[in-house]
Amino acid sequence: MNHSARRLRYVLKRLLQSLPIVLAIIILNFLLLQLAEGDAVDVLAGEAGSATPEYMAELRAKFGLDQPVPVQLFIYLKNVLMGDLGYSFRHEMPVSELIFDRFIPTLLLMVSTIILAVGFGIVLGLLAAMGLNTWRDTAISIFALLTYATPLFWVGLMLIVVFSINLGWFPTSGMENIGMFYTGWDRVVDIAHHLVLPTITLSLFYLALYTRLMRASMLEQAGQDYVTTARAKGLTERRIMFVHVLRNALLPVVTMAGVQVGALIGGSVIVESVFAWPGLGMLAFEALFARDLNLLLGIFLLSALLVVAVNLVVDIIYSTLDPRIEVG
Amino acid sequence: MLEFWRLFCRNRSAVLGLTILVLVILMAAFANFLFPDDPFRLAGKPMSPPGEGGFLLGSDSLGRDVASGIAHGAKTSLLIGLVATLVAVCVGVIMGALAGYYGGWIDDLLMRTTEMFQTIPSFIFAILLVAIMKPSIESIIIAIAVVSWPAVARLVRGEFLSMRSREFVQACHTIGMGDIRIMLGEILPNCLSPIIVIGSLMVATAILIESGLAFLGLGDPNIMSWGFQIGAGRTLLRSAWWVCTFPGVAILLTVLAINLVGEGLNDALNPRLRERK
Amino acid sequence: MSTRILNIRDLHVALPRGSQRPYAVEAANLHLDENEILCVVGESGSGKSLTARAVMGLLPQPHVHVAKGEIDFLGEDVTRVTDARLRQIRGSEISMIFQEPMTALNPVMTIGVQIDEIFRFHGKMPAKERRERAVSLLDDVHLPDPARIVEAYPHELSGGQRQRAMIAMALALDPKIIIADEPTTALDVTTQAQILKLIKDMQAAHNTGVLFITHDFGVVADIADRVAVMQHGKVVEAGPAAEVLNTPQHPYTKALIGAVPSLTPRQPRPRADERVLQVQALTKTYRSGGGFFGLGEKERVVHAAKEVEIDLRRGETIGIVGESGSGKSTVARCIVRLIDAESGRILLDGKDLRPLDRNAMRGYRPKIQMVFQDPYASLNPRTKVGRIIAQGPVIQGKDSATAEARARELLDIVGLDGNAYDRFPHEFSGGQRQRIGIARALALEPEVLVADEPVSALDVSIQAQILELLDEIRDRMNLSMVFITHDLRVAAQVCDQLVVMRYGEVVEAGPTGAIFADPQDAYTKALLGAVPGKDWSKKSDLAAM
Repeated sequence: MNHSARRLRYVLKRLLQSLPIVLAIIILNFLLLQLAEGDAVDVLAGEAGSATPEYMAELRAKFGLDQPVPVQLFIYLKNVLMGDLGYSFRHEMPVSELIFDRFIPTLLLMVSTIILAVGFGIVLGLLAAMGLNTWRDTAISIFALLTYATPLFWVGLMLIVVFSINLGWFPTSGMENIGMFYTGWDRVVDIAHHLVLPTITLSLFYLALYTRLMRASMLEQAGQDYVTTARAKGLTERRIMFVHVLRNALLPVVTMAGVQVGALIGGSVIVESVFAWPGLGMLAFEALFARDLNLLLGIFLLSALLVVAVNLVVDIIYSTLDPRIEVG
Repeated sequence: MLEFWRLFCRNRSAVLGLTILVLVILMAAFANFLFPDDPFRLAGKPMSPPGEGGFLLGSDSLGRDVASGIAHGAKTSLLIGLVATLVAVCVGVIMGALAGYYGGWIDDLLMRTTEMFQTIPSFIFAILLVAIMKPSIESIIIAIAVVSWPAVARLVRGEFLSMRSREFVQACHTIGMGDIRIMLGEILPNCLSPIIVIGSLMVATAILIESGLAFLGLGDPNIMSWGFQIGAGRTLLRSAWWVCTFPGVAILLTVLAINLVGEGLNDALNPRLRERK
Repeated sequence: MSTRILNIRDLHVALPRGSQRPYAVEAANLHLDENEILCVVGESGSGKSLTARAVMGLLPQPHVHVAKGEIDFLGEDVTRVTDARLRQIRGSEISMIFQEPMTALNPVMTIGVQIDEIFRFHGKMPAKERRERAVSLLDDVHLPDPARIVEAYPHELSGGQRQRAMIAMALALDPKIIIADEPTTALDVTTQAQILKLIKDMQAAHNTGVLFITHDFGVVADIADRVAVMQHGKVVEAGPAAEVLNTPQHPYTKALIGAVPSLTPRQPRPRADERVLQVQALTKTYRSGGGFFGLGEKERVVHAAKEVEIDLRRGETIGIVGESGSGKSTVARCIVRLIDAESGRILLDGKDLRPLDRNAMRGYRPKIQMVFQDPYASLNPRTKVGRIIAQGPVIQGKDSATAEARARELLDIVGLDGNAYDRFPHEFSGGQRQRIGIARALALEPEVLVADEPVSALDVSIQAQILELLDEIRDRMNLSMVFITHDLRVAAQVCDQLVVMRYGEVVEAGPTGAIFADPQDAYTKALLGAVPGKDWSKKSDLAAM
């Protein structure tokens, strides 16, 4: 079997392996829905102000809510697979439509954050490990320690105080200046301008995480036997660090980048609500205030699926970096 | 014990962390004594800057004392952090021990469950759980514990898995020792160090999650908390910076202190790391 | 007169403050000529490895460093040259082979790239030529299909192949000196024989000087031109191999050589009629992979034990010998019921133990006990020695006072003094820990003792003491023993009967003397032929008679 066919098989295998997790997440979602007090009909009735018990029973029958739980689960599964995540009674829109509108801003924020956090994390970790116990290492380690201990929302607020309110460099909230009706390149610049503070806020914590991980990983790898072999071959310390150690040290960082995506989505709820960034997190915050559980569950489900997808991608990247992974 | 203390004290930043942590604990313990009044009470002129109107750290838009809120919030943070971590560690140790020791289908089942819990975005899950259960100190603790145990379970499983095939454990089988006794009496004492370390770091994470929940308005409405203070003060950023700033510094210092202590414990308990240094 | 290429004079390697001794290597004088193999022999902690690393400038500085003395390499003191010059020397003029080829190779780079680096850093050569050189080097060390191995990653090769690749790498630039630090210790005995032959052939073909570090006098006898013996950082004796091996002068050398088990099996003892343990048609297979709708890797079935037969009589010792992967440890663990075999019978005094469940087995546990290989992993680091020994009898229903008295008595029997009872395992040396492990096994007064490589983690002098102890208690307690080992020398001295295993199957069984004198199976012959230093042993045994 040639290499690309083997890789395709590996991807297929990983896809199949993630199906049970997806199914379990959908079921968990359904169970949470059951756990909540009152169902959609109660909410509807509450909206309407008053409703007769007969009318409510009729509605329940219409939504299939009078069926036994397993049947309801089946209906729910079917609906989710069809892309129907329920109806948001607050927004009077299907949940899936609402979520879809807000998906792109969140994706934008996440991608820029991952690039910033992983990229700088690797560089800072590398710098710290190479200058072990020098002032550079100490400074980077203290920076990482501090940012690792700071709550995201507070960083966001403090950045707003300093850079928006006092210095006026960046806008305090939103994704773009709606009133200016920018198009084309101007719009891109405008969005990028709005993106700076939320991205920095969200990436600081993860930057600290990757910096620490990269530093530890470099130090661990630097003590391995193959480094001695490389030295015995007469290679320069530069080559040993950047070619031998770095490649091995990156592996746990890549793994961690996948593991942390879920946490990143959680963090985006806070960052988006601080900066009024019109993404899924902001939507979740609004849903929370409006007690719109259907919407909240829809966001939860989608973000969980997103994590599964990202983990899949990370695994595939990892398998190209580490020859020891059996792709056959 | 003395040996452990000596090793711990060799790490200066850990000692600094411990000092800060002790101060925070003292502040929490004497909160009722220092600020006997309800922290939600209107104590004076609203929006007083720090040092004015009898407010050490200023007051917020409703005239509540920020300093009093911080002292009472310390109780909340520490309590929730500790209890949630204890629950999570208990659940995680049981799950991890069973999975690692027995292997086979038990391991598969428990580890797939753990994997699923690790896949779902934990903070959103916590938000959902608290929203469904209605915000209260119990629901917050449950939510934090539910999203935190998988990390412990994975760690403990790994330890048990490697210990299970160690020769001293096999020797216990050959003398006819029972499973429960092997797990509790032989293996568990040998993996206490990593559990203590991860537990101490989890307290810090729990405090961060709690403050995030409270910031979003999901705190227990009857209990003062740092996250709540910041959430309530965010609209005043332009006019009263101190309302947000000081509670944030409190969170930062507490979490930093716990992380430092955790690292100190790790260095002191993990001889392999010590040799490397 | 050949050229002196390496001259180590008054070498002191300092250890960090607070270590057990100030110098790891103290006032060492060694020299190496062109076209000769110098073996530096010693037990663990003798400083032999650090001496080798000092030559390469590979000491873990700054904690461990050369404090005094010089290492003269063709007129240049390598302890004083610049870093740039040192890098030039490394790999091109002095190169090194390590003990563990798996960890010594970078796991994420192909063999080809790792060889290529040497050419790239020590001279200008076009890429195509470098690759051709790499392929021909792999061919030189007799690796099959070198064009494929150039593209392979280390984990895709076997242990022996990896070590060959390491040797190819060391030979790349035709260095004047090769330093080999226990290069065969991690390998099986037949692979070891091949690698030793390869090193010797390569050394002769290139006129290289080889500094060979080892703990094994058998290996020394096979390969050395000259020998230096080290103890506690000092060179206690040095000279031509034949002299040092056959007429050692220093008491330490004498003791070390005396502790090497002879290859001549000891006098057979009469065989009892009473069968204690019979293993019949014991089979155990491991399955891995498969599943995932055929998308996973192919299912692999490994026969760890296939129809294994053992017949142990009262008071005798049966040795199960074989290389790694032969299934000898699996059989041992099946017998003591740490692993469940699929089929076959394990008859202890006529009672089949195999089908018993855990509760039913508990009553039979005391009769069959085990001694483990690794003295560091086999004792719970958090349990006091006394409890480790006494808890078996307590679990089996003895009261704690009786158990304690018995434990103290056993400590005495295995040669430890009584205050060991209240101490923790980490306060003891490897040999002492193995004594504790033996005491634990004896505490239940077993009929059968299964010993899984009980001496392979120990230095040779300690090994001799433990073997003596096992012999003594076997006679004293009328024990019957199943003795698992990879070392035929140990087997010759300990076992009355032998079972030779390969790939899970018994290839030959019979009295030790008969098998050593006239092996029937081709594999047994290969095993016996690969024992290091067999010719030397024959000579010295003859001399002893």
